Amino acid sequence: MNLWPWILIACGLAYVTKLSGYFVPAKLLRSPRMMRVAGTMTIGLLASLTVVNAVASGQSLAFDARLGALAAGAVALWLRAPFLVVVIVGSAAAACLRLLGWR
Amino acid sequence: MKLLESPAVKVGLSISIATGLYGISFGALASASGFSFWQTMAFSLLMFSGGSQFAFIGVVAGGGSGIAAMTAAALLGLRNGIYGMQMNALLRPSGWLKYPQAHITIDESTATASGQSDPDEQRRGFWTAGLGIFVLWNIFTAVGALAGDALGDPKQWGLDGAAVAAFLGLLWPRLKGREPWAIAAAAALATIIAVPFVPAGVPILVAAVVAGAIGWFSHGRSDEGMEPDVDPYPHGHSSADAASRERNAE
Repeated sequence: MNLWPWILIACGLAYVTKLSGYFVPAKLLRSPRMMRVAGTMTIGLLASLTVVNAVASGQSLAFDARLGALAAGAVALWLRAPFLVVVIVGSAAAACLRLLGWR
Repeated sequence: MKLLESPAVKVGLSISIATGLYGISFGALASASGFSFWQTMAFSLLMFSGGSQFAFIGVVAGGGSGIAAMTAAALLGLRNGIYGMQMNALLRPSGWLKYPQAHITIDESTATASGQSDPDEQRRGFWTAGLGIFVLWNIFTAVGALAGDALGDPKQWGLDGAAVAAFLGLLWPRLKGREPWAIAAAAALATIIAVPFVPAGVPILVAAVVAGAIGWFSHGRSDEGMEPDVDPYPHGHSSADAASRERNAE
């Protein structure tokens, strides 16, 4: 599948979204409801992306080494590790669990 | 040298390094997910919004379609429109300046500017963080993409685990208080329920609708979820608190 068109459209939308804030009458975007929806949607999307990457495998759920990465990442975040360390810890946890034979 | 004495520039530079560095994880994950070097660079050069970039490659890595990936990225970028409105009001850029300024309007540049009280400092903070992150984010994306290509089998290195940790790391700073946890839990549950019934990638959009509906129908903080991935003022900052109070009051 050629993803270039979708990548470029997504890039265009990202810029138009940012720019709209500078041109759309402030009243429209300033409504507390719009701000709340943008914010709660951000939380929902990131939570969903975390779950999908941890347990989804196509259209089924799979419980494998990625769950270990989720747990290890949570512990690292709990200990206030910086983002890059969290990512490396997640990667290392999944790799180690696979070495130990848990897919 | 006077510029380096500005507190906003100092904050902007340190946030640039902290945020820019993790471009390496984006680059590596994108190439492990099958994106070419130039596709990976297109994200960082043209989309330039960490959450949206990770979302696009995350949906594709999970077997989702291009249109689902594009939609997830676009929805995750909506908050940048709010930031644009805030920065337009705060910095009052003139004419053509709005166009480049819009491109570097992201969580961190907005947070850096909002944390300053002097208008000149706000402007310096915004541009230092925005341009600094843009340059470093792109350099480290390229490093990550080249390293990712050289790694070989991404699963052996646990790169799928890295993606899980990366999304959790993006979510974490936004989970301050009970409400965001409840929203995250509802979205996670909606995702798990949706996975067997709809094509890959779509569960993420289902979760976005659920979370958006919660925001639409409930009352609470109007700046919920609007925290930067890396907080420029981690130890508190009186004017930052004032700015967030002001945002809440609006």
